[in-house]
Amino acid sequence: MKPMLELKNVSHVYVNEKEASLAIDSLELAVLPGEFVSLVGPSGCGKTTILSLLAGLFPPAQGEVLYAGQPVSGPSNKLGYMLQQDYLFPWRTIRDNALIGLEIMGRKTPQACRAVDDLLDEMGLAGTADRYPHELSGGMRQRVALVRTLASDPEVLLLDEPFSALDMHIKLQLEDLVQRTLRRLNKTAILVTHDLAEAAAMSDRVILLGRRPGRIRQIFDIPLDIRRLLPTEARRDPGFQDIFDSIWEELEAEDGKEGADV
Amino acid sequence: MSNRNESCRSDQPNPTPAHIGSEGARLQQTQGWITQLHLRFRKKAKQQTVYVRLTQLLIFCLFISWWELAGRLGWIDVLLFSYPGKIASHLANALMDGSLPPHIGVTVMETVSGFLLGTLLGTSIAALLWWYPFVSRVLDPYLVVLNSMPKVALGPIFIVGLGPGFMSIVATTLSITVIITTLVIYNRFREVDGNYVKVVRLFGATRSQIFLNVILPASFPVIISTLKVNVGLAWVGVIVGEFLVAKAGLGYLIIYGFQVFNFTLVLSSLVVIAIVAAIMYQLVAMLEEWLTSGWKER
Repeated sequence: MKPMLELKNVSHVYVNEKEASLAIDSLELAVLPGEFVSLVGPSGCGKTTILSLLAGLFPPAQGEVLYAGQPVSGPSNKLGYMLQQDYLFPWRTIRDNALIGLEIMGRKTPQACRAVDDLLDEMGLAGTADRYPHELSGGMRQRVALVRTLASDPEVLLLDEPFSALDMHIKLQLEDLVQRTLRRLNKTAILVTHDLAEAAAMSDRVILLGRRPGRIRQIFDIPLDIRRLLPTEARRDPGFQDIFDSIWEELEAEDGKEGADV
Repeated sequence: MSNRNESCRSDQPNPTPAHIGSEGARLQQTQGWITQLHLRFRKKAKQQTVYVRLTQLLIFCLFISWWELAGRLGWIDVLLFSYPGKIASHLANALMDGSLPPHIGVTVMETVSGFLLGTLLGTSIAALLWWYPFVSRVLDPYLVVLNSMPKVALGPIFIVGLGPGFMSIVATTLSITVIITTLVIYNRFREVDGNYVKVVRLFGATRSQIFLNVILPASFPVIISTLKVNVGLAWVGVIVGEFLVAKAGLGYLIIYGFQVFNFTLVLSSLVVIAIVAAIMYQLVAMLEEWLTSGWKER
């Protein structure tokens, strides 16, 4: 199978008045169609930089970013992005918020509007379409943000810690909902997260990054029988703790090493 | 506080021992008790409002009657301070014989053009600065200097340049409103959370789409509030402009009254200005309500 997304020998440098700092260093990454990959690691390991590069928000200082074999040159409707918070526009109704992507792409047709309404219903948001964001709870708003991302029918979802600002039980519900939806629509996804359990429960592969500059330290393949489960079920699986522990130990080792350096 | 708690408790009938069957009844009782609390709260809030209104009215009446009395009994110089009865009869006459309405019309026209144009122009310049960061950096010191200048002093130049009349009065008003509007709105444009911009950028939005879908609507509350401020500033510009050149308008009436030593005329004009300005402010407040209905700032 050909990779859906590829980073080939990618390095990125942030430049400002004070300095030019290397954020990620010669990174190689390939994500297959339908795969769910998580990026975990300490802060400063360039997780969000990698997502931004994949989304085409800015080009890498060096190397190539490929989508389906083609170089990524800017934001594309094939890639959907979910941010840490919902960032719904307070002056738009829920429906109009969900439609903004299509509106900007000039694809807002009556059919598309109906499809978005259906999607809202599926996400348990029936009856909220004409309300405003401030009338909804945090979990509901993040679900609207998911609908907004899915509305333009992207092939790949880039998830930038989308559950981190939510309460625990809402976070678990949303993890299941996202996982179910992605599987049903057969989408590829890359999740950036601080939460090792979340990464292990949702992914097919967990990639542990080292920091300053960001690079791949280790890749964990999640066993098939756990992959098939929904995140809440996976967390209860007897084999889950072992996976979690091995990622945890590796992360600790990284921290310890860096601590010794200082 | 403790007082209120006690009274709440006294409303609650003695709780009966928990029977399974009485659960529904208990719920109903609780419901009734909560409703009563709510009603009491609302009644209290309403009472408070009534007291505030009554006090406001009382202050107004006291002031007017004291002024009337002081004028009639000669405690104050009637030539200078006039008194309400005299002002009222003057206003009534001027309204009846139709000599006042044209003046009101002229001034209102100038003020409305002044604050609408000022806000519009200020917003447009702010948009230009947002669009071209280079221009914004270049213009920054000029804007700061212009903003700290007393722009009314430009009045004579406008009068000679644009002729004594409507144009130069509106220009005086604009000189007061535009710069500060530009600065306030441009700052708001820049403060819009970058993540909102990111949301639309990720869908491939162009710069004008970013502006129209994110920056401008996010700044609406600030634009409306500058509109409110500009109502006040526009009155200053218009009255000063009319002092300098006008042949009609409320500012002209004030200057005229001053020249012929008719302070009843001066004060009558001030009363009219106060009323019209208050109405204008209310209209803008209603516009604000209408434009931002539904959504709240986060």
